[in-house]
Amino acid sequence: MSVTQSTYNYKVVRQFTVMTVVWGIVGMLVGVIIAAQLVWPELNFGPYLHFGRLRPLHTNAVIFAFGGCALFATSYYVVQRTCHARIFSDGLAAFTFWGWQLVIVLAAITLPLGMTQGKEYAELEWPIDLLIAVVWVAYAVVFFGTIVKRKVTHIYVANWFYGGFILAVALLHIVNSAAIPVSPTKSYSAYAGVQDAMVQWWYGHNAVGFFLTAGFLGMMYYFVPKQAGRPIYSYRLSVVHFWALIFTYMWAGPHHLHYTALPDWTQSVGMLFSLILLAPSWGGMINGVMTLSGAWHKLRDDPILKFLITSLSFYGMSTFEGPMMAIKTVNALSHYTDWTIGHVHSGALGWVAMISIGSVYYLVPRLFGKPEMFSVKLITVHFWVATIGVVLYIASMWISGVMQGLMWRAVNADGTLTYSFVESVKASYPFWAIRFLGGVLFLTGMLIMAYNMVKTIAGGRTVDDALVLQPAAQHA
Amino acid sequence: MNDFVNQFWNWYVILLVLVSIIACGVMLWTQSLPAPSKLDTTGHVWDETLEEYNNPLPKWWMWLFYITVIFSLVYAVLYPTLGSFQGLLGWSSSGQWAKEMARADEQFRPLYAKYMQTDVQALAADKEANETGKRLYLTYCMQCHGADARGSKGFPNLADNDWQWGGEPAQVLETINNGRIAMMPPYSQLGSETIKDLANYVRSLSGLPADSLRVAKGQEAFNTAGCSGCHGPDAKGMTAVGAPNLTDKVWLYGSSEATIIETITKGRNNQMQPWKDFLGDEKVHVLAAYVLSLSANPGSK
Repeated sequence: MSVTQSTYNYKVVRQFTVMTVVWGIVGMLVGVIIAAQLVWPELNFGPYLHFGRLRPLHTNAVIFAFGGCALFATSYYVVQRTCHARIFSDGLAAFTFWGWQLVIVLAAITLPLGMTQGKEYAELEWPIDLLIAVVWVAYAVVFFGTIVKRKVTHIYVANWFYGGFILAVALLHIVNSAAIPVSPTKSYSAYAGVQDAMVQWWYGHNAVGFFLTAGFLGMMYYFVPKQAGRPIYSYRLSVVHFWALIFTYMWAGPHHLHYTALPDWTQSVGMLFSLILLAPSWGGMINGVMTLSGAWHKLRDDPILKFLITSLSFYGMSTFEGPMMAIKTVNALSHYTDWTIGHVHSGALGWVAMISIGSVYYLVPRLFGKPEMFSVKLITVHFWVATIGVVLYIASMWISGVMQGLMWRAVNADGTLTYSFVESVKASYPFWAIRFLGGVLFLTGMLIMAYNMVKTIAGGRTVDDALVLQPAAQHA
Repeated sequence: MNDFVNQFWNWYVILLVLVSIIACGVMLWTQSLPAPSKLDTTGHVWDETLEEYNNPLPKWWMWLFYITVIFSLVYAVLYPTLGSFQGLLGWSSSGQWAKEMARADEQFRPLYAKYMQTDVQALAADKEANETGKRLYLTYCMQCHGADARGSKGFPNLADNDWQWGGEPAQVLETINNGRIAMMPPYSQLGSETIKDLANYVRSLSGLPADSLRVAKGQEAFNTAGCSGCHGPDAKGMTAVGAPNLTDKVWLYGSSEATIIETITKGRNNQMQPWKDFLGDEKVHVLAAYVLSLSANPGSK
C-alpha cells in the first residue's frame, strides 16, 4: 500500500530473547544453590540467603523471568509472522519489555527481604502485583491488536494458544492476588480459610496449565513445523485438544488439596477433570510429534529439532504422570514428597525449558542476521548435557519421593511410626545430591548456550528488521 | 451437607459438573464426524511455509478420551462428586479416616491395655514398653525436647534428674496430659543495677564466678523484691508453680550474666501443650514411663 514497505518489529523480540537466556541462567543458578543447601545445610547464610527466601526467588525467576521472557519473545515473533503484520504499537511493546524487567528486578529484591503474600507462585506483594496487571493488560493489547491487524483470514493455531494463555493469566492473576494492603510491603488475602486455599490452587494449577502449558504449546505450534519443514499433523486435532485443554484445566486445581478441609465433592471434581485432561494434553504431543512423520531422519542431525521433540516427549510423560498423581489414593502417597518436585521438573526442565531453548536457537540467528548459530556442535553438546541433567533430576526425585511416602506411612507392630521424620530426611540425602548434580548439568547447558549466543551475536550487528511478507495467495 | 448455603448452589454445582463432563464427550463425538479425508492440507498458508494437514483424530486417542469421560461419570455416581449427593458407596474422607482409626484401635488396644494395668513407675523398667515409648517420643516430643531428650534453650532436659514441675509419676502424667504454662513476670522496675546484683547472686548460688559485692546486695534484693515468693527463700524453687531451682547447675535459658539479666528484666513466658485429647490416656501413660526411665537410667546421660 505505502511506498515504503513495513517491517516486523524484531527489536522487542531480540530484547526478550536475550533476557530469556540471562534470566534462565540466574533462575537455574538459584535453583542449584537451594539444591546445594538441601545437601549441605551450612550453606544457609543469614536470613536473606536462606532456603525459605531463595526458594520463591528460584520459582519466580524460572517461571516468570525465564519462562515469561521466552513467551513474550516467541509470541511477539510468531504473532507478527503469522499475521503478516507489524506488531500493534511499538511503544506498548517496549513498555511490556521494560515493565516486565522491572517486575523481575523488584521480585529479586523483595523476595530475599522476606516480603511475600505467602501464596505459592504468587508471592509478590501488592504494588508489584499491580505493576504485573498493568504490564499484562498492555501485553494483551499488543497481542490482540496485532491479531486484529492481520492480513490473513484465519488465525494460526499457535495464536489460539498464546491468546488463551494471555487471557487466562490475566484472570488468574487478578482474582488470586486480590488483597487488602496494610502497608506498601504487606497485605492480606481477600479470601479466608479453605476458600483462600481453593482460590490459590485454582490459580496455582492454572499457572501450570496456562502459563507453563498453553503458552508453550503456542511456541510448539510454530517452531516444530518450521524447524521440521512439515505441515502440522492435524487441524482437527488442534481444534479438539485446544478447546478441551483450556476448558478442563480450569477445573483441576482441587487436586492440590486432597485430604484437606476442602469438601470431598470438590476434591473429586478436581481429580476427575485432571483425569479427563490426559487426552487433551496428549493431543498436543501427538500433533507435535506426528508433524515430524516423513521427516524422522532430520532428528538425527538437527539438534534444534532434538530439543523440540524431546521436550514433547517430556510433555507427554509429565501430563500422564500428573493425572495419575491427581488420583486420591496415589496422591495419598505422593503428596508432600519429592515426587511432586520431580513431576514439576519433568515439566519445567523437560518440557518448558527444552521447548524454549529449541525456539531460542531457532530465533537467535534470524534475529541477528546470521545463517545459523555460531556453533551447531555446541547445540548438540547442550542437548545431551541438558537431557542427562533432566533424567538425573527426575529419576532421583521419583526414588526419594516414593521412599519418603513409604517411610512416612510405615507402622510398627505396636502402632507407632517406624521412622521419625528426620530419618526420612537422612535417607533422602543421596538423592538430593544426585538432584544437585542434575541441576548443575542443566545450568551448564545454559552457560554453553549463552556462550554460543554471544558468539553468534558478536560482530556485524547490521540487522534490519525483516520485511513484512505478503500473505500467500490462498488468503487473498 | 452444609457445604452449601441453600439448594440453589447445590443444584448449580451438580448441573455444572455433569454438563461439563458430558460436554467433553459430546464435543469429541461431534468433531469425529465426519472424519476429515486424509492427506489434504486445509489450504491455509502462514508465514511462507506453515500449513496444516487435516488427519482424522487418532482412534486410540479418542478412546482414551472417551474412557476418562465415562470413568468420571461412573465415579461421580459412586463417590461424593455431585454437590451434596454422597455417592452410592457412601464413602467420605472423614469416614475413611474414622475407619482406619477404628481398625488401628482394635489392633493395638490389647497391647496398650496391658501397659495400662502396670503403674507408670513399674512400666519405666519394662524394656518393651520403653521401646514403644521411645518411638512415640520420637514422633511427638523430639521436635522440642530433642532426639536425645536433652532439651535446648527454653525446652527442659528430660534425661537429667531435675524436674521443673516434679518428677513423681502423677506429676509427669499431669504435665503431659494437661500441659504446663510457666510465667516469670518481668522485673525491669528494679532498675538495671539491682538486676545486675540479682544476676550475680543467682550465679553465685550455682557456684559460678560472681562479683562478691553484688552478690551481697543481690541476696538482699532477692528477699525483698519478691523473688523468694516463687523460688523460695532458699532459692530451691517450687515445683507447684514450675519455679526452677536456682541453686543447681541446670539452666533452662542459660547461665551467663547477660542471659540472667534478660530473664529478670523481661521475664519469661513458656508453655508445654496438653496432649491428653490428641494422644489419649494409654499413650500418655507409656510416654510418662519412658520419660521417667530416662532419668532412672544413668546410662542415658
